[in-house]
Amino acid sequence: MRPIATTRSATGIPTGRLAVWWLIASEIVLFGGLLSAYIMYRLSHDAWTAQAAQTNMWLGATNTFVLLTSSLTAVLAHKAADNNDTDGAFKYLWFTILGALIFVSIKAFEWTTEIQHGYTLTSSTFWSFYYCAAGLHALHVIAGATIMAIVSMDVRKGKEMQRVELCGLYWHFVDLVWIFLFPLLYIAK
Amino acid sequence: MSDSHDHHESHGFMSYAFSTDHKVIGMQYMFTGMAMALIGGFFAYAFRMQLAFPGMDVPLYGIVSSAEYNSLVTNHGTIMIFWVAMPVLIAAFGNFLIPLMIGCDDMVFPRLNRLSYQIFLLSAIVLISSFFVEGGGFGGAWTSYPPLSAKAEYNLTPLGSSLWLLAVALEFVAFLLGGINFITTVMNARAPGMTMDDIPMVIWMIVLASILFMASVGPLIAGAVMLFFDQQLGTAFFDPDRGGDPVLWQHLFWFFGHPEVYVVLLPAMGITADVMCVFARKKLFAYRTVLYTAIGTGVLSFFVWAHHQFISGIDPRMANLFTVTTLLISIPIAEMCFVYIATLYGGSIRLTTPMLWALAFLGEFMIGGVTGIFLGASGSDIYLHDSYFVLAHFHYTFFPIAIIGVFAGITFWYPKMFGKMMNETMGKIHFWGTVIPFNCIFIPLFLLGIGGQHRRIYNYEHFPELAGKSMQDMRVFATVSLCIMLIFQFVFLYNFFASLLKGKEAGKNPWKSNTLEWTTESPPPHGNWKELPNCYRGPYEYSVEGREEDYWPQNIPDDEPAGGAA
Repeated sequence: MRPIATTRSATGIPTGRLAVWWLIASEIVLFGGLLSAYIMYRLSHDAWTAQAAQTNMWLGATNTFVLLTSSLTAVLAHKAADNNDTDGAFKYLWFTILGALIFVSIKAFEWTTEIQHGYTLTSSTFWSFYYCAAGLHALHVIAGATIMAIVSMDVRKGKEMQRVELCGLYWHFVDLVWIFLFPLLYIAK
Repeated sequence: MSDSHDHHESHGFMSYAFSTDHKVIGMQYMFTGMAMALIGGFFAYAFRMQLAFPGMDVPLYGIVSSAEYNSLVTNHGTIMIFWVAMPVLIAAFGNFLIPLMIGCDDMVFPRLNRLSYQIFLLSAIVLISSFFVEGGGFGGAWTSYPPLSAKAEYNLTPLGSSLWLLAVALEFVAFLLGGINFITTVMNARAPGMTMDDIPMVIWMIVLASILFMASVGPLIAGAVMLFFDQQLGTAFFDPDRGGDPVLWQHLFWFFGHPEVYVVLLPAMGITADVMCVFARKKLFAYRTVLYTAIGTGVLSFFVWAHHQFISGIDPRMANLFTVTTLLISIPIAEMCFVYIATLYGGSIRLTTPMLWALAFLGEFMIGGVTGIFLGASGSDIYLHDSYFVLAHFHYTFFPIAIIGVFAGITFWYPKMFGKMMNETMGKIHFWGTVIPFNCIFIPLFLLGIGGQHRRIYNYEHFPELAGKSMQDMRVFATVSLCIMLIFQFVFLYNFFASLLKGKEAGKNPWKSNTLEWTTESPPPHGNWKELPNCYRGPYEYSVEGREEDYWPQNIPDDEPAGGAA
């Protein structure tokens, strides 16, 4: 039996959605702090330009495309859930997870190549930031995919359909963080 | 799954340890916080003895080595802020009071709540275990500035410093989870009829504190990861020799660290407001003003952090800017203090133990606030920076918050928590035995700080200009006062546990208070009420003209004569 508290909605906004927004707010300051630190360093270290040129912009661009596409499937999953289409919601959730897997695989390939070329976490502070920021983001991608996989199990049975929207909210945020990371780490030379 | 489990009303250890009931979790936070306070207090005793009697074999501790001294000071600060003030003021009172004061049966995410406590407990265990690893506990001060904290060859605690960092990061995660829960619960689970203006001030303050924490801690979590990498993986985020910048850590730390002061201040302010209204039998003067000034304080608190770095080599133009914002923030805080005094004016004041604590909070905190002005002004800060003046100043803010405010809260809500009254005589002995020695500890430290005594020094005998007899006498006086204060805490502990067994039955509403938690049994049963209450008015309708009783509980409809309308 759930507490009555969980069924109340004094604001009119579902509690789960409120909580995810607050979660996102806390994540914004986390990434905000990290990226502000990076930008401050970048502005005062001209030498980083040459190092940033070593990153693979085309793989980064491919990953941007993959992640944006997975955001589209997240929206489609939400739409299906709103129409009580359990099969559709389940299917599109797994398309989104597939996007996450492709993203992480490309990332793994990219990092392996870079490490083989001698650009490691400790090579320079640019590379430290590169691995730290992209790594923290990749952790969020993996966490999001895991959550969606768990949620999809209930969704298939037609339960907790509102969670599809919450997954989507979180996934758009993860996507948005990458939209900041990609130009900062790959394009700005 | 675990929810159905709770309804068996079994009292086994497992059902207690894994309960999702907000009251149980609140008590777990409180007792963990109290246990940590004993450790933190003991640490203070050990290093104060070393300062007063250098090289002495300290009773119950032994000889304090210089490395141990650093670790004791560091962990005293860390424990008192992160493992006492935060869990007791926000998590314990927040968990216990929020559902009861807004009239619902639990938090909106009970299992998230449980997880938050478990992570918190884990963080405490990690911190305590860091004292016993090779090299000992971390000794680079609670602010953990690199390069001292980043390089093992400087701090000599290769494991202790990383475990310390891990413990702090885990603690942040616990409070982020708890904070999300607190905010959404108050936003969504209020009793029918409870508008924004009907929420008791202590609940508002805990929510605002949770928002402040959530909005400020992110950069420090990122910073903690970076520092951890510097320590363990050899990155150079904070190493100036290899392209890093140690001042970045100071920015990340204090961007969180200064709002953190208000994160703990606001709940204490809220407790004080509630206690004062009950024992002055008066409506809170200017409810909305208190609320708006608290929000204003919160916003301003994000723009003051660099006043910690006036001598770290920041741009002097920036120092000017931060001097202005720092001095500005004393305005809303002063306004709140004036509003509280206006609440007392003309009230029928009852000097019960919780009321004494609330009044002491106001008086002592003002000393802390006023001395802060000397430090916020960059000119005088250049002399006073890192002296005992700073130390005495922030103890005059944190002690009222974390100790006096907490005692006000515990003595006030004890009857609701445990169904028994605490002994008033012992409560008053404990009050005077704490507040008088507290002033005797820190007033000498202000004087020592003005006299040039620098912080974080193991033995002042090595500094001829600081080793004079008059200065040493003040150190001894402060240490003896500390010992007296610590001894008086046993009066509280005895009172706390003895009252559990033989205290007078409290009944539902021993203080004749208005807020919803007093309308249920003491202690409240699982689910809090048989039938959840509705809310009909604000929380502070005391001494309303035309009513027989001088209080008017929030749950009584306007037309119902219960409580005795004229």
